[in-house]
Amino acid sequence: MSQITDSDTLTTAAVEETAASSVAGIDQTAGDFKYDVKYDFDAGSGLSERTVRYISDVKKEDQWIRDFRLNALRTFLARPLPTHWATRDLENINFDKIRYYLSQGTKPKRTWDEVPADIKMTFERLGVPEQERRFLAGVEAQFDSEAAYSNIKDAVSKQGVIFLNSSEALRTHPEIFRRWFGKVIPTGDNKFSALNSAVFSGGSFIYVPPGVKVLHPLQAYFRINAENFGQFERTLIIVDEGSELTYMEGCTAPKFSTSTLHSAVVELVALKGAKIQYITVQNWAPNVYNLVTKRGLAHEEAEIKWIDCNIGSRLTMKYPGVVLKGRKSRGEVISIALANDGQHQDTGAKMVHAADETTSSIVAKSISVGQGRSTYRGLVHIPRHLKGCKNNTECDALLINTNSRTDTYPAITVRGQDHAVQHEASVSKVSDEMIFYMQSRGLTEAQAMSLAVNGFVNDLVSQFPMEYSVELKRLIDLEMEGSVG
Amino acid sequence: MSALPALQTPSVNGVFTSDAFASHLAAVGHLPAWWLDLKRAAWDRFGALPLPGRTDELWRFSTVAGIKLNRCTLAETPDAGFPIPPAVFPCAATLAFLNNRALAGEALSPELGKQGVIFCPIEEAVVHHAELFQSHFMAQAVNLGSEKFAALNAALTRGGAFLYVPRGVEIETPFVVHHVAAGDGAAVFPHTLAILEDTAKATLVENFLSTDPAGAGFAAGVNDLFAGPGAQLTYVGVQNWSRDTLAFQLNSTVVQRDARVLSLNVHLGGRQARHESHSRLQGPGAFSEMLALTVAQGEQEFDQRTLQSHQAPNTGSNLLYKNALLDRARTIFSGLIIVDPEAQKTDAYQSNRNLLLSDEAESNALPGLEIQANDVRCTHGATSGHVDAEQMFYLESRGIAPSAARELLVFGFFEEVLAKLENEALRSVLRESIKANLKT
Repeated sequence: MSQITDSDTLTTAAVEETAASSVAGIDQTAGDFKYDVKYDFDAGSGLSERTVRYISDVKKEDQWIRDFRLNALRTFLARPLPTHWATRDLENINFDKIRYYLSQGTKPKRTWDEVPADIKMTFERLGVPEQERRFLAGVEAQFDSEAAYSNIKDAVSKQGVIFLNSSEALRTHPEIFRRWFGKVIPTGDNKFSALNSAVFSGGSFIYVPPGVKVLHPLQAYFRINAENFGQFERTLIIVDEGSELTYMEGCTAPKFSTSTLHSAVVELVALKGAKIQYITVQNWAPNVYNLVTKRGLAHEEAEIKWIDCNIGSRLTMKYPGVVLKGRKSRGEVISIALANDGQHQDTGAKMVHAADETTSSIVAKSISVGQGRSTYRGLVHIPRHLKGCKNNTECDALLINTNSRTDTYPAITVRGQDHAVQHEASVSKVSDEMIFYMQSRGLTEAQAMSLAVNGFVNDLVSQFPMEYSVELKRLIDLEMEGSVG
Repeated sequence: MSALPALQTPSVNGVFTSDAFASHLAAVGHLPAWWLDLKRAAWDRFGALPLPGRTDELWRFSTVAGIKLNRCTLAETPDAGFPIPPAVFPCAATLAFLNNRALAGEALSPELGKQGVIFCPIEEAVVHHAELFQSHFMAQAVNLGSEKFAALNAALTRGGAFLYVPRGVEIETPFVVHHVAAGDGAAVFPHTLAILEDTAKATLVENFLSTDPAGAGFAAGVNDLFAGPGAQLTYVGVQNWSRDTLAFQLNSTVVQRDARVLSLNVHLGGRQARHESHSRLQGPGAFSEMLALTVAQGEQEFDQRTLQSHQAPNTGSNLLYKNALLDRARTIFSGLIIVDPEAQKTDAYQSNRNLLLSDEAESNALPGLEIQANDVRCTHGATSGHVDAEQMFYLESRGIAPSAARELLVFGFFEEVLAKLENEALRSVLRESIKANLKT
C-alpha cells in the first residue's frame, strides 16, 4: 500500500505553457494538470481477492454484493482478452500495475462549502461551478473513486428523483438498486464488464419515478487523478413509466506517462413509454485505455438515445447499445470520434431488436488526424419471429492526413421478410476546393481545415445541449491544430 | 508412400486419409516430379491446418458444425457415357471434367492455336506448359479463411482448365468449362488458372453441376485469374451443385495496370456453399468488378467472403452481391475493402443487397472497410428488405398473379447485375438457369 503523502502543496505538474490556439483562442493545456492528493483509502496496485475484499470492507458492503464482486473477479480472470477481433494493443495493459481503488472517504460532500479547497480548485479548472451557475439541475462530480461533491436542485428532488453516488445508493436504496443492477449488462458480458463488476466504485445512480419529466439535464464529471489508477465507475439509471431524463457525463484527465485504465459500466432502464438521453463528451489523456460497456433496456414504447463523443485516450472501445425489449421501442446512437496521433477510437453501436415494430438508428462520424485510427464496429440483430423492425445505419469517416486510417466493421443479421434494414458508410477527405475557397477568403489552412471538420460533424453536434456543443467545437479546433502544413 | 506424415486427427479430415492421398499420387504418378512435390507439400499443409472453429472471426456466422469431411468418397466413378452439356451460345472452345477427369471437349480452333492461345486440362498444362503453369499455380495466397481447403484442392486436383491468352489477342466468344460431379458422395476439386497477357481479351464461363441433384457431394475449387497490363477478362461461374453438397470455391484475381476484370458468380446449388473472392489491384488504372447473384432456398447456406485489395494508386473496384432468400435459407456476406497507404485516389464501392422472401430466411451482412490513405472515395452499403408492397399491388392490379408478380420482382432485383454482362446470349442463359432453379 503506497500512499501519496505530501498533500497540501498544490503543484500543477506537466503543464506546458504553450501559446493559445490561433484558431479559436483555446488554452491547449486545459484539463492537462494534476494535483497531489492525500488518499484516505488505497487498495494498492494489483488485483486479487484481497483487493476486492478491501473495497467491500471500506464501503461496508452487504454480503450479496461481496459475493457478486468475487464472482465477477473469477469471471474476469477466466476470460481471455478479446484479441481475436479487437486490437492487440489490449495486451499492453498491465493489470498488476493498476491501482483499483483510491478514495478520500466514502461520504459524499453535500454542499459546495464542504468541498475541500484543493478539490474545488480542480473543479474550477473543469468549470463545474460555471455549470452550476448555468442552472443545471444537479452536479455529481466524481473525483477519482468517490463523489466529492454532490448536489441536486430542490426542484428535482421534490419530484422524487433520486440522484446519488452509486455506492451511496447501494446503502440507502438497496431494493431498487438490486432489482436492476447487473440485469442489462451481466457480469460475464465481456472481460471488462467483469472487471468493473469486481472493483466498481463511484458512478451515478438515478431513479426517476413514474410520470416525471426532468426538465434540466443531470450532470456528472469524471476525472482520473492518480497515476496508474483505473477508474471503474458504475452507473445505473432507471426511468419509470412515462418519465423523461437527460443525463450528461464529461471527462477530462491529466496527462501521465504510464497507461491508465478506465473501465466503466453504464446500465439504463427505460420502462414503458420512458425516454432517456445519455450524453457523453470524453476527452481522456492520450495514455488512457477507455474500455466501457454501455447498454440500455427499452421497454414498450420507450426511447433510449446515446449521444457519444470520443476524443482523446490511447484506445477507446465503446459500443453503446440498446436492447429493444418492448413493442414499438426505439433506440438511437449518435457517435462522434476523433483519433489523433497514437490514438485508436474503436467505437460504434449495438442494436438488438427483441420485439415487434422496434426501430433503431445509428449515425456515426469519425475523424482521423495524423496517424490516428478510427474504427466503427456495429451490430444490428433482428432475430426470427419479429415483424416490422427497422434499422438505419450511417457511418462517415473523414481522413485528414495521408497516413490517417479508418476501418468499418458492421455486422447485420436480419431474419424474416417484414423488416427494413440499411447500412451505408463512406470515407472521404476534406476537398481541396473547399480549403482553397476558404483560404482565398483569408483563412489560414489550419482554420479552414478546422472549419471543414466542424462542418462535417455539425449536424450531429447541433443535437447536443448548447454548452456541450460549444465545448465540442473547441475540442475539435484544439485537436486539429498542427494537423496541416 | 511411407514418407507421408500421419494426419494430426484423422477423424477431423474424414475421408481424406493418408491412404487416400497415396492412391491419388499413384494415379498421377506419370506426371512431372515438381507437380507431385507440390501436391505433397499441399497435402502436408492440409493436414497441419485446423478446421475452422466457432470463434474464428473469418468464419463468423458460418455454420462451422456443418463442415464435415466424411460424407463423400474419393473413389473415381468415370462415366464415359456422360453427355457434355450442349453449347447454347457460340463458344471459342469447351472443356468438360467428370469427377475430376477430363472428357473430350470442343477443341480450340487451329487459328487460335496459331496465335499462341492455350486452352487445355491442367494435367496437360503441367506436362506441356510447365514453366508458364508453375509460375502462376497458386501464386496468390488464399487468405480469407479457407487455407485448409485450398491446400486440399492443390493436393488432390486433377480436373480444371488452363487458359493462356498471349499479348494483344482478343477473343470475343467465351471459353467454356463444365465441372460435373457424378454419383452419390462424389468429391471434386476443380482448379482453374487463366492468364491474360498485355492487352489480351477473353471471356471464361464455368459451370459446376451434379448429375444427381439431390445426392451428397463435396467440392473444393480454386480459381486463379491473372489480367496483365491492359487486359480485359470476363469471368462467369455458375454453381449448381447438388442440394446436399458441401462446397468451397476460392477465387483470386490479380488485376495489373489498366486491366479490367469482371467476374460474376451465380450461386444456386449446394447445402452449405462457401465462396471466397479476393481481388488484388496491383497497378494504376486497374479495375475489378465483382458481382454475385444468389438464390438461397430450402435449408441452404451461402457464405460469401470478399476482399478488395487496393495496392496501387488510381485503382477502382465495384462489388455488388445480391441475394434472394426463400424458405429457411441463410446467407452470409462478409466483405472488406483494404486501401494500402500508397493507394491514393482509390475509388472503391461495395454493396450487398438482400431480398428476404420468407419469415424464416436469415441474411447476415458484414460489410467492412480498412482505409489507410486519405485521398480516396470508398463507400459501402448493405440492405435487407422485402418485396415492395406497392410494386406488388401495381402488378396485381394489372391482372398478374401474385406468384408471377413476385417472380418478376425478383428478376427485376437481379437484372441490375445481369445487365453488366455484355454478352446477351450469356445473359439469357443465366436468366434461364435462375428461373429453372426458382421453380424447383
